[in-house]
Amino acid sequence: MRSTILVAAAFALGVAAARAETPADFEAAFAAEARRADPAFAGFSAARGQQFFGSTHGGDWSCVSCHTKDPSAVGEHVVTGKRIEPLAPAANPKRFSDPASVEKWFKRNCNDVLKRLCTAQEKGDVLAWLMMPGAGGGR
Amino acid sequence: MKTCIRILIVSSAVAVASLTAGPSAAKSRHAPLLPAYVEECGSCHIAFPGRMLDAASWIAVLEGLEQHFGVDASVDAKTLEPIRAYLAGTARSKPTTAGGVPLLRITETRWFRHEHDEVPQRLWQEPDAVKPADCAACHRSAATGSYSEHDLRLPKKGEAK
Ligand code: HEC
Ligand code: HEC
Ligand code: HEC
Repeated sequence: MRSTILVAAAFALGVAAARAETPADFEAAFAAEARRADPAFAGFSAARGQQFFGSTHGGDWSCVSCHTKDPSAVGEHVVTGKRIEPLAPAANPKRFSDPASVEKWFKRNCNDVLKRLCTAQEKGDVLAWLMMPGAGGGR
Repeated sequence: MKTCIRILIVSSAVAVASLTAGPSAAKSRHAPLLPAYVEECGSCHIAFPGRMLDAASWIAVLEGLEQHFGVDASVDAKTLEPIRAYLAGTARSKPTTAGGVPLLRITETRWFRHEHDEVPQRLWQEPDAVKPADCAACHRSAATGSYSEHDLRLPKKGEAK
């Protein structure tokens, strides 16, 4: 029963996303999407991702407002104060394992911070930063 | 046909809900929360029990998730369906309206204000005041749906967030 639902959900998300079960799979899917959007796509940059993550984009909040500057640290929801587990896959293996969850939270959080969806380039840059060796350790 | 399917989905969700809760717990004031509800509505704040708002209020909350108290909490229709059934099935029977309009905030309802009129004012007012919606700051087992006096502990000075 449960696996039927899972299979159905994965199917609904499309072939590319359905196979994305590790952070590397997500990175590959974002890259394919970024290349479709811009043939001159030249790869992801962790530095650009970190910059994007720490900046405001016209509103009051940045990604850091809830997730902190450190991808391996526990965050706190800026309005409610609720605990948020770390985003770096090295610190929290649940991250970037579920396509539906990743899609849902990028949509919500990008809307909250940028008042629009994030591009594949932006998502890939952020992920590259979250996956950087050392992202599981302090700064 | 479409309504048929809808009814099917709703009734199976209710069946699942009552199965999970068990026959005795379903009647109790502290019936366990539906896991799918906690998963979806417990990520930014604790999952508020159904009995805190009436059905009309819950429906109004669920219809405005794209702009939910300043954040985007939108979720796809398929995920929402069992949650809608669960909340409607466990909702408060007494109305939570103001001037006939369903209230969206538990903390603005009459019952909430009444139950909390003895909470010391300092807790709401100091610079590090407790937010009324941060139930768990005082009700230490709020995450599990329990608000009994047994688990009540008011934050001390400087302890609140
Ligand atoms: C207002 C608070 C808030 C802001 C601002 C915010 N997030 Fe989040 N984010 C959350 C919450 C809450 C979760 C889910 C909680 C959980 O899963 O523990 C989450 C989850 C995520 C996830 C997890 C996806 C998964 O399931 O693997 C990613 C990725 C993410 N956020 C990226 C971002 C990015 C990028 C930004 C900036 C554009 C951002 N967030 C800004 C609150 C926020
Ligand atoms: C993306 C984050 C997020 C998600 C997901 C979310 N909420 Fe909220 N919710 C909030 C924020 C932020 C507030 C405002 C808290 C405050 O003012 O202290 C809030 C407040 C509420 C309140 C009013 C509390 C009060 O009395 O002041 C209710 C009721 C509520 N949410 C129900 C839900 C339900 C039901 C769901 C699931 C469908 C849900 N929420 C999912 C962020 C979220
Ligand atoms: C600042 C601390 C505080 C916060 C925050 C708070 N409460 Fe309370 N709550 C109390 C106190 C004190 C009582 C009164 C206990 C009594 O007099 O018996 C109470 C009583 C209650 C009762 C009645 C319990 C009973 O069995 O009689 C309910 C239900 C309740 N609160 C729900 C909530 C909900 C839901 C929230 C969040 C939306 C919340 N409370 C937030 C302090 C708090």
